[in-house]
Amino acid sequence: MRRDAFQGVADPIRRDILMAIIHQPLSLNQVAERFPVTRQAISKHIKILSECGLITIQQQGRERLCEVHAQGLDDIADWLTDFKRLWDARFSRLDKLLDELK
Amino acid sequence: MAYETQLIYKPEQQNYTIIREFDAARDKVFLAFTQAELYARWFMPAESKLTIETMNAVSGGTYKHTHYQGGAPFSFYGVFHEVIAPELIIKTSEFIGLPFKVQPVMELFQFDSISPQKTRVIIEVVCPSITQRDAMVNAGMKPALDITHQQLDLILAQ
Repeated sequence: MRRDAFQGVADPIRRDILMAIIHQPLSLNQVAERFPVTRQAISKHIKILSECGLITIQQQGRERLCEVHAQGLDDIADWLTDFKRLWDARFSRLDKLLDELK
Repeated sequence: MAYETQLIYKPEQQNYTIIREFDAARDKVFLAFTQAELYARWFMPAESKLTIETMNAVSGGTYKHTHYQGGAPFSFYGVFHEVIAPELIIKTSEFIGLPFKVQPVMELFQFDSISPQKTRVIIEVVCPSITQRDAMVNAGMKPALDITHQQLDLILAQ
């Protein structure tokens, strides 16, 4: 299955996980402790986030450390900027047209 | 003057909202969204050669328009579910031209009169699913954006 950043943030729990690790990396167990769902469920979300390029997972001894991968989030921000620019350009043409209609 | 375009996008929701104000009477803005010859002049960049095959902006009416990107035609078809001039349009929008069926999105346009010469337009686009919205973004928007950027470059170069 194809994964991208948009799919990563489509689930509310995955967004909360991102928010939890945005300031400091946490181990998978630390992440799991913060959510009222099973460890398996968290593990699955972490896997998806990783496949979507939104987080990186590093093995540190017995722990797996989860860290936000900034580039993944940038992809979303870039799209929004581009999309906004598309409408900006469209509306600039409409401004001009409405001016002519006066 | 040109106003700021507001884009409200929430990753977990299958819709997005666009809000923009215009220095024009509500009737005029509404016409620009519903009259084929006017719509053709602003909705797509000039070089994408947008042609409006049908646009019958009344409740139950339909529209179809086609534009070109890299020589390939892109058509959109839809039904006007409800049109209340000059304040509201509810329509579907379906991308035609793929070998498989794409479910239509629903678009709601609200035209608010702020003053006799100022109008606020609120556009809400509701997709059948988050997955489809994201597919639309990745597949449909990028080529259009490239063209828009080229046009911007041309304007900036003048």
